[in-house]
Amino acid sequence: MNAEVQRELRLEAVAKRAHSDQRMDFFFRSLTASAAWFVLITLVGAMLVMFDGGREALVEQGTKFVTTDYWDPANLIFHGLAPIVGTLLTSLIALLIAVPISFGIAVFLTEVAPAWLRTPVATAIELLAGIPSIIYGMWGLFVLVPWLGEYVYPWLIDELGTWPVIGPWFQGIPIGIGLLTAGFVLAVMVIPFISSIMREVFLTVPGRLKESAYALGSTRWEVVWDIVLPYTRGAVIGGVFLGLGRALGETMAVTFVIGNANRLGTLLEPGSSISATIANEFAEAFADEHRSALLGLGFLLFVVSFIVLSIAKLMLKGMSRWEGKR
Amino acid sequence: MSTVAERLYLRRRITNGIALVLSGAAAVFGLIMLGWILWTTISKGASALGPQLFTTATAPPGEPGGLANAIVGTLTICLSAVAWATPLGILAGTYLAEYANYTKRGELIRFVNDILLSAPSIVLGLFIYTLIVRPMEQFSMFAGVLALGFIVLPVVVRTTDEMLRMVPTQMREAALSLGVPQWKVTTQVLYRAALSGITTGVLLGLARISGETAPLIFTNTNNQYWNFSPLQPMSNLPMTIYEYAKSPFEDWQQLAWAGALLITAFVLLVSVVARLLLLKNKQSHD
Repeated sequence: MNAEVQRELRLEAVAKRAHSDQRMDFFFRSLTASAAWFVLITLVGAMLVMFDGGREALVEQGTKFVTTDYWDPANLIFHGLAPIVGTLLTSLIALLIAVPISFGIAVFLTEVAPAWLRTPVATAIELLAGIPSIIYGMWGLFVLVPWLGEYVYPWLIDELGTWPVIGPWFQGIPIGIGLLTAGFVLAVMVIPFISSIMREVFLTVPGRLKESAYALGSTRWEVVWDIVLPYTRGAVIGGVFLGLGRALGETMAVTFVIGNANRLGTLLEPGSSISATIANEFAEAFADEHRSALLGLGFLLFVVSFIVLSIAKLMLKGMSRWEGKR
Repeated sequence: MSTVAERLYLRRRITNGIALVLSGAAAVFGLIMLGWILWTTISKGASALGPQLFTTATAPPGEPGGLANAIVGTLTICLSAVAWATPLGILAGTYLAEYANYTKRGELIRFVNDILLSAPSIVLGLFIYTLIVRPMEQFSMFAGVLALGFIVLPVVVRTTDEMLRMVPTQMREAALSLGVPQWKVTTQVLYRAALSGITTGVLLGLARISGETAPLIFTNTNNQYWNFSPLQPMSNLPMTIYEYAKSPFEDWQQLAWAGALLITAFVLLVSVVARLLLLKNKQSHD
């Protein structure tokens, strides 16, 4: 009798326990799920909020907002072609410099350097990614700009400024501030991102492929160019787009060295970019038109970054799926 | 007399040599840039280092001032941002790794998180400005903490997700077969196994925001005085460096470099610690 009661009680306790475990499981799962959805909502919310803030500029001006070069806060006229072009040009310059150098670094770290040198050099290059953006800006303004203005820009103006097609891009007063300087600083900033992705994917190339090529008498460079690069092409492009995504939205470093003149000019003259314009003018933008134009620019930057980063992600994802199959 | 084949071979070898030398030059370029930037920060910042930096608050130009309020403010803001973003990030990462792995919605959230990870930080600042600052009509430390937290969040989500997926399935099965409910398996077994990895993520997030300036311009701005109210702007290093570096005053520029040195040293230290932790974690898994 007593034993039976005890058994009953124990069963009841077990059932209760199972019930509370089940409830806790459900509760914990819902908690994690809502945190995960929060991430998604943040991105969508940010986009909607920015679009709403920039609606005045984006909808009322329509395409004029992105095709006209006229930015005049005093008269409350805001057409954003100059910062948009500035963002695209600086990012393009950054990629033109950063991609070959990152490729060189990745080749050096995977094929050329002796094994003991690889980890320390790779770590040092990756440290570049850790340096805060504002430090790049100060270094750019106080060290790089005077140096470029004194030695490099005069030479560029003399040599390239007289060339037929690209000449007009390289004219101006050599003060060292401008789109080219901004592009160069951006290049240094994105090199660690692009080179570390290239290095990682180069390491995934199967040894037997490379060894077969060596056995046929290929030189090291031929193995890199004809075997490693074609094998990893998708992921390499993904890495480049990731670097582009970084360069597009970079703010503080660019603000310091670009000159913040909201008009179209040559590569050696002060210009502007979307992020630099926002960082510079937002605190003083009291008029609704001004705020709206800046938020509109921010929305465009967000959308372009989103597209570029999505492409990067898809290219890199193709790579990892491929890896899984092997 | 050389044959065609020999000349071809010579040309291939020369191409090879040039390419390999250039790749070495690229690596040297990267190292020079790192050295140049670090040297600039150290040589210009070290001269302004001293105890007054940590004991005196920011002062008008010409008066002896330090960065005490900015240093304390930055630490407060960054740690608060990490404090709200970390638990949320760990939970979201848990969902991705434990409940939504290999599902469509898991992939979607992972994708969005990766976008957020590389999204321009200035955009997050604008987002919080429109959401919080404009309705409240007041720049505040609270808004700054929110904006910076959104930069930490995706870092923590990603590392938690990755680290939990690295924990062997046997560990889950062993715990579940003992009758442990799943939430306890996650919180008491898996979190423990992935602890050093998740800590790495949090540290990387902290390193990322401690020098972050752009989002603060629209959310927290700066304060030249001491302030401990979350509803007022709080003094902080990045904004102070930004304002001081742009100023024409020599002593302010000096302080800006000292601040730059402090932040760089802090960021590099934190990333090195994070890296070492990750290395240790990898070794213990092998």
